[in-house]
Amino acid sequence: MSEVNWNRIKDRSFKYFGIGCTVFGLSVLVVFLLSIIIQGVARIDWDFITSMPSRFAEKAGILPALIGTLWILVLTAAISIPIGVASGVYLEEYGKKNRFAKFLEINIANLAGVPSIIYGLLGLEIFGRIMAMGGSILAGSCTLALLILPVVIVSTREAIKAVPDTLRQASYGLGASKWQTLSRQVIPASAGGIVTGIILAISRAIGETAPLIVVGALVFVPFVPSGPMDQFTVLPIQIFNWVSRPEKEFGVNAAAAIIILLLVTFVMNGIALYLRNRWQKKIKW
Amino acid sequence: MSYKLEAENINVHYGSNHVIKNVSMKLQPNTVTAFIGPSGCGKSTFLRCLNRMNDYIDLFHLDGKIKVDGKNIYDKKVRVEELRKQIGMVFQKPNPFPKSIYENVVYGLRIQGINKKSILDETVERSLQQAALWEEVKDDLKKSALQLSGGQQQRLCIARTLATNPTVLLMDEPASALDPISTSKVEELIHDLKKDLTIIIVTHNMQQAARVSDTTAFFYLGDLVEMDATKVMFTNPRETQTQNYITGRFG
Repeated sequence: MSEVNWNRIKDRSFKYFGIGCTVFGLSVLVVFLLSIIIQGVARIDWDFITSMPSRFAEKAGILPALIGTLWILVLTAAISIPIGVASGVYLEEYGKKNRFAKFLEINIANLAGVPSIIYGLLGLEIFGRIMAMGGSILAGSCTLALLILPVVIVSTREAIKAVPDTLRQASYGLGASKWQTLSRQVIPASAGGIVTGIILAISRAIGETAPLIVVGALVFVPFVPSGPMDQFTVLPIQIFNWVSRPEKEFGVNAAAAIIILLLVTFVMNGIALYLRNRWQKKIKW
Repeated sequence: MSYKLEAENINVHYGSNHVIKNVSMKLQPNTVTAFIGPSGCGKSTFLRCLNRMNDYIDLFHLDGKIKVDGKNIYDKKVRVEELRKQIGMVFQKPNPFPKSIYENVVYGLRIQGINKKSILDETVERSLQQAALWEEVKDDLKKSALQLSGGQQQRLCIARTLATNPTVLLMDEPASALDPISTSKVEELIHDLKKDLTIIIVTHNMQQAARVSDTTAFFYLGDLVEMDATKVMFTNPRETQTQNYITGRFG
């Protein structure tokens, strides 16, 4: 067989291999989504969203967990965005590119891979005990903010790195200071990438269970948290609680809660996509 | 005779790389000087020393004195932001900001805190006219600068630089990314701007150097080999190296 034919066969078989892999991944996801939706969608109604938990499955709702998740989402964002973006900007634009910086870079990337329960233990000790926040929403948010900081920092750095140097040069050349160049050119130009990274990181944070359990989030919360120092629970914990019960009806509740949690995540990802497209359309190099 | 710009014994190192070797030169006001030489000869690096654009590069180290209007620009008291308003720079690739034409031109003013509309409007018209772009864009100042053609973008970059009223204009191969028509427009512009500014242009194009400049400096491997009136350089250079480069025997 000639070399050309052989290459063509290789080419084609790789294509089919790729198609196979994609279909496999997607079909697992579709099966999962379908089974959840079939189980749970009928259970979702206004009462389910606005009711307190209950030991009777049909009366139980997710209000405290949903509000808790929203609280956690907002506070985690408020804590992690300024710290993460500022660190990313510093490391990329101000920090010297020496060996220590390399070391730091590798370790920040490694931090993103530390199991979340470890962050939970850290949060329990530092925020819960030493800073005496207890099992409050604030303690949980601080812990999750720590958890996603590496992701925010890395994505900020990547977005800033993608800004062409000619833009900085143009700004410096006109007499702009470093801060003016950053705030008027570099950060706006990389905003799409930064925001996408932040939203994906926060989507991950609201799906976390383990660190919040360690910090002291409750499993059964019959009240709606009204401030950052209140005790709380979140959707993933509520789901975990329900699936661990023997009664079948609670399984249906869990499926319904999963759908709500997925919706929250999808909405977040949708916003990320929208922002990225909007900002990228404006800027073409 | 007072010189606009004097460089005395400039040596530049990048780490252990000696890239500019003891270069001195004096430039008279309202002249055009062309820097020529093969790639990597240090002409762009030297150009960037003149408005301290190399400051942000790690490992960059400069010895010597560069005086503009008699003042050493590497003096500790000199604020580099002020310096760059006085010594404007145009780059190889047109690099407009992803903003409107208007905002591009007034950027240099806005960062100085000048936001008064009458001043900004006036500057936009004056600078665009100086850069020979006003007639083409005057009805469309809100349009994104990225929608302009490459040649228009480069003239916008020149206008943007002129907005802060510089007295020296540094141009780093300003026409190398442009088509011949845009190139000739930029060259005409250099002729016109000469009456207000001292211009230094780095170019790889011998004809361009011959057309636009009064003085030509030939760099080779970090040395300033020869510098003389352009006419002399192109007809009767002292050094054989210069002769070989100009006639295209190497480089």
